[in-house]
Amino acid sequence: MIWALVALMVGATTAGEVLQAAGMRRHGEIRDFRPGAIGRALAAMARNRFVIAGVAAMAISFFALMKLLSMTDLSFAVPVSAVTYVMETVLAKYLLKERVSGLRWVGAALVICGVTLVSL
Amino acid sequence: MTPETARLRLKTWICTLIVVFSNPFGDYFLKRGLPDSAHLSTPLEYIAALFQPFVALGVLLLIVWQLSRMALLSWADLSYVLPVTSVGYVVVALIGKVLLHETITDRRWAGIVLIMAGVALVSGSAPSTVPRPAEPAGGSR
Repeated sequence: MIWALVALMVGATTAGEVLQAAGMRRHGEIRDFRPGAIGRALAAMARNRFVIAGVAAMAISFFALMKLLSMTDLSFAVPVSAVTYVMETVLAKYLLKERVSGLRWVGAALVICGVTLVSL
Repeated sequence: MTPETARLRLKTWICTLIVVFSNPFGDYFLKRGLPDSAHLSTPLEYIAALFQPFVALGVLLLIVWQLSRMALLSWADLSYVLPVTSVGYVVVALIGKVLLHETITDRRWAGIVLIMAGVALVSGSAPSTVPRPAEPAGGSR
């Protein structure tokens, strides 16, 4: 049961974050942080199909996390989500076509090792 | 450093700080509001749990986290945002030490050093490697 929840959370988080990144890239750089402009940006995001799908996936991931937290410790629930780093970095390269330089791969690898050590 | 690079760097730093602190504090309050005895099985019980004060505060912080992360992704790559915002794991460990009086083992310190090294490497590179549209009309200064 716990591992099924972890799988659901990891899958939904990965899908949600990649969709969110794709949607926000299409939106373009947010430059104006005045309240009116932020309201307009939020309205534009609410019509962005990638963002909507991302939010739906993230909601699934959130309720899976809530259920998981009611069964296990924070120090288990949060670190297992580090698996998403590997999947998302690979998807960022192949799906989002980002240029993941050697520097970024090395940095991501260090972070994944570090997160694993912190969570053990 | 050109003014454009400096502007983007400052913006990225501020936004990253908000992302990095709102997430672990959100998780912390969520956990505080949801004791192990919390009974979550029907959809209604999930909704009801959202109105417990600590859970509500946790949810509010997680909303701030999502919005600041989306703002960051509007000008930075996912493969940049992921490692750089992982400083959150360091914040979680420090919250455990300061607020919950947990001890940080040597292994966890080693992990923290590795995370910080990874973040230092990636954060020096340009945030975006893909073309992005200018913000829609009315949104830019």
